[in-house]
Amino acid sequence: MELFIAKYNYWVAIFLLLMGLHAIIVKKNLLKKIVALSIFQTAIMLFYVSIGVKTNASIPIIPHELAHGHGTIHPEHFTNPLPHVLMLTAIVVGVGIIGVALALLERIYEEYGTIEEDVLITALGEES
Amino acid sequence: MKIYASIFCIILGGMLMAATGDFPDWGDAKSPANSHLSPYYLQNALHDAETPNVVTVVLGDYRGFDTMLETAVVLIAGLAVGIILRRDRDTDYIPEIEEPATKPGLVVQNTARLLLPPVLIFGLYVLAHGHHSPGGGFQAGVIFGAAFIFYSFAFGLTETENWFTERAQWLSIFLGVSLYGGIGLLCLALQRNFLDYGALAAIIPLGEPAVRSLAILGIEIGVALTVMGAMFSIYANLASSGYHEKAL
Repeated sequence: MELFIAKYNYWVAIFLLLMGLHAIIVKKNLLKKIVALSIFQTAIMLFYVSIGVKTNASIPIIPHELAHGHGTIHPEHFTNPLPHVLMLTAIVVGVGIIGVALALLERIYEEYGTIEEDVLITALGEES
Repeated sequence: MKIYASIFCIILGGMLMAATGDFPDWGDAKSPANSHLSPYYLQNALHDAETPNVVTVVLGDYRGFDTMLETAVVLIAGLAVGIILRRDRDTDYIPEIEEPATKPGLVVQNTARLLLPPVLIFGLYVLAHGHHSPGGGFQAGVIFGAAFIFYSFAFGLTETENWFTERAQWLSIFLGVSLYGGIGLLCLALQRNFLDYGALAAIIPLGEPAVRSLAILGIEIGVALTVMGAMFSIYANLASSGYHEKAL
């Protein structure tokens, strides 16, 4: 129980990750697979951001009184900025991934009239 | 199939959960991730670039290369969606597309007309104030893109593309990446490393930290332009199956 309270951020991330992974494998609808991929990605973002958290720390923006040379900057008073930067760019790449995936999906639907994976595989098999 | 997937996920989950025992606790300021590089960033960012928001400094300066290629990824995503979907009505096979069933009413259109300027100003605020508060190029670009998409919801894609034309979208995407790369190359031309903004002090006589802050603003504008264009271009292609007409 102590382990759970001290590290519950990882447990949440693992739960979301497995939820996404399970849906990617099991779901037959390609659109649902894209949603699952998005959940998977969100789990990783949560994991990264939760790594940077420090107890009793504020956001990584240096206040003005420190900025003008009054007092020194203690890193333990500010959240780790590095995971935030990494995930900021990852979110934008995620939007790109979803955009391209939806575009492909739209073409598949136009070509075959379905986005169900099993129907699609049968249709592809008949074609060749 | 479902059972195998569940078994696989449970085994993987068990392994990951067992591994959490070796991970640092929640909120541990002394964890490895918080103890080597990030204290350096926090202590030196203000001195190096005169920008209180450490995230912006790391994004634009310390990890400038990463962000530039990230912007290129957005460009490639926009291009890929365009290549996959974009078609001309004259040359290609035309499937029947239905007109949107109902045109948005007077209330929606007037709300959109009223809201568009404040949203755009908010985007500019987020872009320009990214040095002192949460914000920056990516966020501002998404706000701009969302504003145009919202306008397109109310007035239709054709009406929106009358003034934010496809040409303008692509121009904005490529201009953004070129602005970013151009600032990097300018530093190279001034005999310093690629994206080493301190070199620009030779042109702008303000001292290196202030010039770095300005250069970060410059690249943020580039990022915002690219993200704005890509957002709207991806939306326009997806919403109209690549025909850019008869869609919301």
